[in-house]
Amino acid sequence: MFEYFYKYGSPRHFYDLSKSFVPWLSGICGILFIAGLIGGLVLAPPDYQQGESFRIIYVHVPSAWMSLFIYMVMASAGATGLIWKVKVADALARASAPLGASFTFLALVTGSLWGKPMWGTWWVWDARLTSELILLFLYLGYIALQTAIDDRRTAARAGAVLALVGVVNIPIIHYSVEWWHTLHQGPTVTKLDAPSIDTSMLVPLLIMALAFMFYYAAVVLLRARYEILENERNSAWVSEIAAQREGG
Amino acid sequence: MSSLQSFLHMGGYAMYVWPAYFLTLVVLVYNVVSTIRRESRFFRMLAESKKRQRRSR
Repeated sequence: MFEYFYKYGSPRHFYDLSKSFVPWLSGICGILFIAGLIGGLVLAPPDYQQGESFRIIYVHVPSAWMSLFIYMVMASAGATGLIWKVKVADALARASAPLGASFTFLALVTGSLWGKPMWGTWWVWDARLTSELILLFLYLGYIALQTAIDDRRTAARAGAVLALVGVVNIPIIHYSVEWWHTLHQGPTVTKLDAPSIDTSMLVPLLIMALAFMFYYAAVVLLRARYEILENERNSAWVSEIAAQREGG
Repeated sequence: MSSLQSFLHMGGYAMYVWPAYFLTLVVLVYNVVSTIRRESRFFRMLAESKKRQRRSR
């Protein structure tokens, strides 16, 4: 089993294999985006309380979900690299950071654009918003650490430790709307009983969330391929690929 | 008001809804473009350092 794992977990194999996934993931992502945007912007009826402004939900909530999901991927991949020395896992963790930071940034800014007309303010220092801001700083700290440390193996280890310590923030973000009274509305989808959102509004939201997920899968593979090239820049197979590119 | 106009008007919330969507688009596209550019820069640098090595020999 380990033999299998090491063969397919080798950077070179990952580099070759991942290439064929990217077009498929991008294609599915594109279709989902079109369906989600039509469903969310055109087909879904305006909210009875918030009018048309609720349509920000279709970029805000998927971004917020992805910001948490990518952090968990980054921390798990970091741990895998730390414990079992899987190089591909290190590359995945490093590739995830800018994407996670992007989605956290989007969740904060689109939330702000939604908060202004609904709450009357761009920002409040409540638990949900503050813990999400801390998540952005965790991502930025991870990226700064990767840039600051020249040796990429050391950088991966240091980043993994930072990411693992930061995991404590994830349940805080998730439960913040229940633990503290805040302006931010409670969960409408991930409740144990039926979601308190109409199907015509919920379906586009789930489609957009899937679109974001496929986007992440496609771009993180693309990015991890680049990180692997940087990691393996002195190896023979990378020179081979470079020579092929120049020739072709 | 035509239906396209009323769609763009977003019930008076256009100045909040459209920037949210536009910004999302910009950030998503930026991540793809920057990744592709980094990869081509990597290969360019690698080719240059190979050339330099050959010359110094």
